[in-house]
Amino acid sequence: MKKYHYYMMALIGVAMIISSCGNGSNKSSSNGALGSSAAEKVYVAPGQQDEFYAFLSGGYSGNLTVYGLPSGRMFKEIPVFSQFPTSGYGYSEETKPMLNTSFGFVPWDDAHHPDISQTNGELDGRWIFINGNNTPRVARINLSTFETEEIIEVPNSAGNHSSSFITENTEYVVAGTRFSVPVPQKDMPINEYKGNFKGALTFISVEQEHGNMDIKFQLLMPGFNYDLSHPGRGDSHGWFFFTTYNTEEANSLMEVNSSQNDKDFIAAVNWKKIEEYVNNGGGTKMPADYAHNVYDEGTHMGTSTMKKEVLTVDPLKVPGAVFFLPTPKSPHGCDVDPTGQYIIGNGKLSADLTVHSFDKMIVAIEDEKFDGEAYGIPILKFEDVLAGTVKSGGLGPLHTEFDEKGNAYTTFFISSEVVKWKLGTWEVIDRKPTFYSVGHLMIPGGNSRKPFGKYVVAMNKITKDRYLPTGPEMEHSAQIYDISGEKMELIYDFPTHGEPHYAAGCPAELLAPKSKKIYRLDDNKHPYAVSNPSEARVERNGKEVHIYMSTIRSHFTPDNIEGVKVGDKVYFHITNHEQDFDVPHGFSIIGQNTSELLVMPGQTKTSIWEPKKVGVWPFYCTDFCSALHQEMQGYVRVSPANSDIELSWSLGE
Amino acid sequence: MKVNIAIYSVLCAFFLFACGGKEEKKKDGFSVDRTKSTEKVEETTPKTSEVPASQRITLDNKGVGQIKEITLDPEIDDAMVTKGAELFKTNCTACHKTDKRFIGPKMEGILDRRSPEWVMNMILDPKLMTEEDRCAKDLLVEFNGAAMSNQNLTVEQTRSLLEFFRTL
Repeated sequence: MKKYHYYMMALIGVAMIISSCGNGSNKSSSNGALGSSAAEKVYVAPGQQDEFYAFLSGGYSGNLTVYGLPSGRMFKEIPVFSQFPTSGYGYSEETKPMLNTSFGFVPWDDAHHPDISQTNGELDGRWIFINGNNTPRVARINLSTFETEEIIEVPNSAGNHSSSFITENTEYVVAGTRFSVPVPQKDMPINEYKGNFKGALTFISVEQEHGNMDIKFQLLMPGFNYDLSHPGRGDSHGWFFFTTYNTEEANSLMEVNSSQNDKDFIAAVNWKKIEEYVNNGGGTKMPADYAHNVYDEGTHMGTSTMKKEVLTVDPLKVPGAVFFLPTPKSPHGCDVDPTGQYIIGNGKLSADLTVHSFDKMIVAIEDEKFDGEAYGIPILKFEDVLAGTVKSGGLGPLHTEFDEKGNAYTTFFISSEVVKWKLGTWEVIDRKPTFYSVGHLMIPGGNSRKPFGKYVVAMNKITKDRYLPTGPEMEHSAQIYDISGEKMELIYDFPTHGEPHYAAGCPAELLAPKSKKIYRLDDNKHPYAVSNPSEARVERNGKEVHIYMSTIRSHFTPDNIEGVKVGDKVYFHITNHEQDFDVPHGFSIIGQNTSELLVMPGQTKTSIWEPKKVGVWPFYCTDFCSALHQEMQGYVRVSPANSDIELSWSLGE
Repeated sequence: MKVNIAIYSVLCAFFLFACGGKEEKKKDGFSVDRTKSTEKVEETTPKTSEVPASQRITLDNKGVGQIKEITLDPEIDDAMVTKGAELFKTNCTACHKTDKRFIGPKMEGILDRRSPEWVMNMILDPKLMTEEDRCAKDLLVEFNGAAMSNQNLTVEQTRSLLEFFRTL
């Protein structure tokens, strides 16, 4: 036993010397893979920065993660729909309103499809939008602060899945419902679904200067499942396309009953026509309850407003606005190529891709070549709108993205592969396996008029043996392929957080130069901010105690507080007086029933503490801020409820 | 077994040191002498002064940074002073008091000890100054390692602060 230990330690020691002193002498024996071109392609040397940002949705984490390409390094998790103790989002008094809904405080959601704002169909990097699927919501994130600035709830929707895709000038962000429901909601037998439920396709307008969202109208469609969507662009700008499934309108055992029809539809919606109709007074106002939550960068505060009404539109009242394009086999992804000419429907139970032609669709509409109607909405003839079929040989096509050279890349879930094919000729050029069961894929700008076709990221649903095992639950795997050549080349594999459904990417230079470094203290309009340490104070208002506190490396002002009593509700309003990049201060106090706060330079955040025990209780900075970080602490003296100790506060006295 | 671990730890520590890049001599034993770090500085550089950095007069030293030369008008600009006093309140009082040492040095008489250029450079880029300016380096040590925060002020704002300091 003893010998064994000696031996082990010697081995570890030797390994340490080699690893810590490793330099030129070991080069020849370095790992073979590190010398290959794949490694060079993804290697971003220490101190160097990535070429692209990639924003991956977190799925059931409710948040959005930021990665670099090609390194696959994760830079940040942006809290959106979920409470996030790391920063205090959803815990601080300022951010709790962001998670308010008509169902009350909902601290979680299922975040699916991020989409970066566009101008003329090209990424402009102002904002990124993402949908909450479970309690239907759409969020807008500012791409200079990387903070969630706005969340709007979507009434009459249930399962906000065909969302949050934007039109080519960010006129609208759409929110189509995956689950149809009674509109308005009412108590009725489930099996009376057919013909009675509705599917709301919501068009949320985006104010161009600040990005503020407002529901412009809701199109009340037949009770199908509206699965995914994408906007027209170029010639097809003004249209929006939604895939549907469950046109059977089944309400039980859906995996069988929703797969009966050979073809479901892609719904083509001429939103410009409906916008005109609405602007001319069309539509019906309907009572509704939904929350609209806005975060103000000046006051560092979110406010929630309950809205009471929504404008609904019956598609039959706007002739020529909505058509159905028959699309085989329960289509999932609905993707439009950079020219706006082709609409690709990926029939997930099929081996083939169906490509519709926008021009042919317009001709068919003009010629009124209909193949019947569904609830009064004209169905176009499949053959009349079909541009081509991609015979891929793969199974379970889900999503398609595009490069700038006329190629499309489609994921196949069942056969675990990415297939590259050519628009127009529909021939398959290349196919590469993914690991495993790929869902979405993303090319930066790959769903805009101007893709940057250098890399494609495949986001998989199953990880299995790709990484060291971590018990039954593992992060999902993603793969990066170099697509700059004719053939795709797998160059990297990295784990992702939560379950990414879709992602959006853009060149780094679009965002990096304007990324905010600090909030200016003299712009801080928070009502409880202290602009200088002499304003730091403690005030009592009945049982409420407000502590106006400031921080700078490395002390709190004040750091000794007395006169607080058991049963008080203590508000710590912390203003970070730093004005230097990347110097947040944290705040936490023993027994706090929420999370810490992480306060950025120039920002004010508030945490509530309800002391339950008499004593002298410490608080401290949670973010290692300087060499004297460990000294950044203070005490609150908590006296019995009936004590007559006066409020007092001090620093260095 | 315990002995093994002890030997192993010492060995590992030795290796880590050996690879650390700097060729510092390993000192034996254990010490709580807090002034050791200053002693070390003095070992490598010749002793220039026994006077603590905060009391040294370094009027010839302009510091390191963008301010190379400024000329002060004999007359004090009151408007600038008002501006500077306000900025001092919002951006400096967390660490500096005018009349006594706090986290950092007192501001009274600062211009009797430091050149105007040095003061402005220190405000505009404290990190660079503590890296490259001897006096700033020593001040950091004297003031307990509490690094001065960069408050991202403009040259104009910094100039106002300087004008305010002239009145102290």
